[in-house]
Amino acid sequence: MDMITSILAITIRAGTSLVFATVGEIFTERAGILNLGIEGIMLMSAVTGFAASFYTQNLFIALLVAAAVGAAMAALHAFLTVTMRANQVVSGLSITLFGSGFASFLGQRLGPAANNFRLVGLKGARFMPASFEAVSDIPIVSAFLNQDLLTYLVYILIPLSWFFLYKTRPGLWLRSIGEDPQTADAMGIDVIKAKYFYTILGGVFIALGGAHLSLSYTPGWAENITGGRGWIVVALVIFSMWNPARSLWGALLFGGINAVQFRLQASGTTIPAAFLNMLPYLGTIAVLVLMTWWEALSKKVGAPAALSQAYMREDK
Amino acid sequence: MKKLILGILVFAVAFSLAAPLAAQAKKPLKIAFVYIGPPGDMGWTYEHDRGRLAAVQHFGSKIETKYIENVPEGPDAERVIRQYAAAGFDMIFTTSFGYMDPTFAVAKDFPKVIFEHCSGYKTAPNMATYFGRIEEARYLTGIIAGRMTKTNKIGYAAAFPIPEVVRGINGFTLGVKSVNPKAEVRVIWTYTWYDPVKEREAAVALLDAGADIIAQHQDTTEPQKAAQERGKFSIGYDSDMGKFVGDSVLASAVWEWSTYYIDTIQKALDGSWKTHEYWGGLKDNVVRLSSLSPKVPATIVAEVEAAKKKILGGWSIFTGPIKDQSGKVVYAAGQVIPDDKQLAMDWFVEGVAGKVQ
Repeated sequence: MDMITSILAITIRAGTSLVFATVGEIFTERAGILNLGIEGIMLMSAVTGFAASFYTQNLFIALLVAAAVGAAMAALHAFLTVTMRANQVVSGLSITLFGSGFASFLGQRLGPAANNFRLVGLKGARFMPASFEAVSDIPIVSAFLNQDLLTYLVYILIPLSWFFLYKTRPGLWLRSIGEDPQTADAMGIDVIKAKYFYTILGGVFIALGGAHLSLSYTPGWAENITGGRGWIVVALVIFSMWNPARSLWGALLFGGINAVQFRLQASGTTIPAAFLNMLPYLGTIAVLVLMTWWEALSKKVGAPAALSQAYMREDK
Repeated sequence: MKKLILGILVFAVAFSLAAPLAAQAKKPLKIAFVYIGPPGDMGWTYEHDRGRLAAVQHFGSKIETKYIENVPEGPDAERVIRQYAAAGFDMIFTTSFGYMDPTFAVAKDFPKVIFEHCSGYKTAPNMATYFGRIEEARYLTGIIAGRMTKTNKIGYAAAFPIPEVVRGINGFTLGVKSVNPKAEVRVIWTYTWYDPVKEREAAVALLDAGADIIAQHQDTTEPQKAAQERGKFSIGYDSDMGKFVGDSVLASAVWEWSTYYIDTIQKALDGSWKTHEYWGGLKDNVVRLSSLSPKVPATIVAEVEAAKKKILGGWSIFTGPIKDQSGKVVYAAGQVIPDDKQLAMDWFVEGVAGKVQ
C-alpha cells in the first residue's frame, strides 16, 4: 500500500464514528433540538456495546444494545427539553456529564469477577475490515473497500440521509420543524412527536458512532475512549452546515488530521503538530464567520432558525 | 430571627475552627490523591492507585484517603488542590507534571498541609517532589527491543516533549544501542497522556513506517494492542501491560509506588516529615522491570539480567561515551550526566530519529 492509500484508509476508519454521530446530531438539530450529550451518549454506548460483545460474542446484539442505550439517553433529553421544556444546553451538558461518569463506573462494574469486575483489558467480538484481495493492489479504491461493516453502513447512510432530508416529504417536514415549528404545526405535522422521534433517531446514530470505537476502531473498553470526539461532532455539524452530505468532508478532515500528522512525523518532516491539530477548528470558525457575515448564505445553509428554542403550541 | 441565624452561623464557624484542633490527636491522617487519568487506565494512574491502596492496607485506620480522577492540568488542578487543602486534608499527593505550579501556589497558602508532587522540580518547606528513574527500567527493555527487532526500526509513541519523556526515550535508545548499533528509535509526539484513539493512530503510523517493535510513554495500552494486531511486538510502560494485552508485550518498565508512599506517609504520621526531592531507581524498587514474555529467548534474558546487576551495583545508564544526534560526543567515556542535567534533558542521543519539538 502506498502512503496516500494508507492515510486514506485510516482516515476513513477514523472518520466513521464521526460521520455516524454527525449525521445523528444533524437530524436532531434539524428538528430544532440541540443535543450536547453526544460525548456522554458515545461513551455509554461504547461501554455497553463492548460489554454485550464480550458476553455474547455477537456483534449484532452488541450494536442493538448500544443503539438502545443511545435511544434511551436521547429520549431522556427529548423528555427534558420537549415535554419539560428545559434549557437544551443544560440538559445536553448534564447528559454528557452523567454519561461519562456512568460509563467509567460501568467499566469498573460490568466485567467478570475473574477480571476484578473490570471491562478493561478484555477481548470481545469485533468488526474486522474486509480484505478484498482483488482490489488490494489498486491504490485509493482499496482504501474505500477494505473496511468493516460499519464503514460500509456509513457509505449508505450519507447519501440516504441526504436524500431523505432534501428529496422526500418527511424530510421537508423535518426541516420545517427546525425552521418554524408553528407553521409546521399549522401544516398538520405533529411537532412534539417528530421532535421526540428525530432526537431518538439521532441518539441511535450517535450511539453507533460510540460503538464503532469500542467494537472496531480501538476494540475493547478504555476509560474515556472517545477522548473528546463528541465535542468535535458539535463543530462538525456546523462545519457541514447541517447537511449530511457535507459531513463526509468534515469527518475526513477531522479524522485525517492525526493520520497525516503522525505520518509526517514518522517520515521526519516537521510541521508543528499543534498547527495541524488546529486546522479543522479554523475551518469551523471560518464557516461560522461566513454565515454570520453573509446573511443570504446563512438563510440557505445556516442553522435551523428555531434551533434550541423550546416549542409550545400556544406560544405566539 | 436574624439574631438566631447569626448565632447559628457564629456557632458553626467557631465549631469548624475548633473541631480540627480538638480532634487532632486521635483523628486519622487525611490524605488526598489528585490523578491525571482514571485508576482504570491500566497505566500511570493505575499504578499510583495501587500505591495508595498498599498504604491503606498498611496503615489501616491510621489514615483516611480520598482520590479524584481525570483532573486536567492547568487552572482546574489548582481549584481541586485548593479545595482539598481547605477541606482539612493533611497531606496531598499530586501525580502529574503539570500539577507542579498549581501545587506550589496552593502550598504557599496552606503551610500546615503537606504537599507531595510527582515528577516536578519545585519544592517548598511543605512541598516535596518525588519521582523515579524509570529510564533505568526502560534501558533494560531497550536491550530486549534492540535484540529482537528485525527491521532495525523501533517505534516510540511519545507523550509531550518534556525532560521526563526525553529521558525515557534516551534511556531506552541507549539500551537498544548497547546491543544493536544499527537500530534506530523513531519518535512520534502525540501531545496526549491519555487518548486511546490518538495513541493507537500514532502506533499504526509507526508500524506503517516499518517499525516492528512499539514502545510508548502514554498511559493506555492501545499502542501495544495495535502492534499485536499486526503480529508485532511491543514494550509496555507504567504497569505490567503484558497482563492486559498478552505475550506480544515483551517486557514493561513498571512504576512501583507502594514502598515510597508507605515510607513518606509514615514520616508524616511520626511528625518527622521534611521536604525532600526523592528520585529513586531500580535499587530502591520504585521502578522495576516486569516479568518477561515467554517470547524473549533465554540468551537475551541473561543479557538483561547482567545489565540489571550492573545498574543495581550503582552504574548509571547515562555513563559516557554518549553522542548526540549529530554524532558529536557530548559526554566522554566514563563521564556521567549529572542529575540536574538529566532533569533538564532536552536533546536526543544518537540513534533517535525525530526532534524534541
